[in-house]
Amino acid sequence: MSDQVVTNGHADVLRLGSMTISSRLLMGTSGYPNPQLMLDALEATGTELVTVAIRRVNLRDTSEESFLDLLLSRGYRLLPNTAGCYTAKEAVLVAQLAREALETDLIKLEVIGDDETLLPDVEQLLRAARLLVDDGFDVLAYCNDDPITCRKLADLGCRAVMPLASPIGSGQGLVNPYNLQLIRELIQDTPLIVDAGIGTASDAAQAMELGYDGVLLNTAVSDAQHPVMMAAAMRHAIEAGRLAYLAGRMPRRTYAQASSPTERRVALGQ
Amino acid sequence: MSEITTEIQVTLNGEQRAIASGTTIAELLREMGFDPLNPKGIAVAVNDEVVLKGRWSTSELGPSDRIEVITALQGG
Repeated sequence: MSDQVVTNGHADVLRLGSMTISSRLLMGTSGYPNPQLMLDALEATGTELVTVAIRRVNLRDTSEESFLDLLLSRGYRLLPNTAGCYTAKEAVLVAQLAREALETDLIKLEVIGDDETLLPDVEQLLRAARLLVDDGFDVLAYCNDDPITCRKLADLGCRAVMPLASPIGSGQGLVNPYNLQLIRELIQDTPLIVDAGIGTASDAAQAMELGYDGVLLNTAVSDAQHPVMMAAAMRHAIEAGRLAYLAGRMPRRTYAQASSPTERRVALGQ
Repeated sequence: MSEITTEIQVTLNGEQRAIASGTTIAELLREMGFDPLNPKGIAVAVNDEVVLKGRWSTSELGPSDRIEVITALQGG
């Protein structure tokens, strides 16, 4: 466990609704070849909050609930998602089922508009977010990188707004850091988490350097050649990016500014 | 002495299933291999509405009911 960052005398924790977490890396749980590798990778990230999907039980084998036991017994908090939902109605039902099954008000809201890009259907997303916030859910809303949509989600009471870096599972990194920066400037009072499209450590660090409150990733670790090693890299990247942001970076300059003194330089004979 | 029970058709997780008329959600879960008193991460919806676990033992299923029994699995 790394030393906790302290800002202004307070621990640099992330508050999502009534939950407080120290790690700013949220992790997905899919795509691992076996449960042990998933557990090893999650441990290496230092994450405290992991996402799960809501799906029908397997009628042929009802002993499958051991997956939840694996996570809960290791102390992970769960963030159920509404992956696979295309309408507000579907998303609301899945969220309600998730709350009942897992006894949490947290929900990662995804309402998808297109199967190729998995970009959100903004109209249905906003409708679902409103319904769920009104029903007492702590909504973490996966979103596109449109500042206006993000602001609407924040204004209607989402506990976090989560714009994508690039499409889910694409590993392209932050394709539009300009928009992500605009979103951060526009939304000061709601936690912002970059969710989707992270590919490697520098992407995660870049998101944190922009001042985002956290990063959610899955495929960057599960599809790495060595997932546990990448998991550790992500942990360090999130911490480094966060520290760099809090440290206040130097300004960018057009021209050089010498970093060695210019006085008393050695002179050759005239 | 055997009882005469009517069978009804319901849809369970997308599959057609014949159950005895008047079967409660709790009884169906038991038939499926779950312990309704110790649900551990499952939830139930009937006809697109969640049925809270407190009502499982009193909610009787009817003909053509669409039942979804869900749990949490790996997801991003």
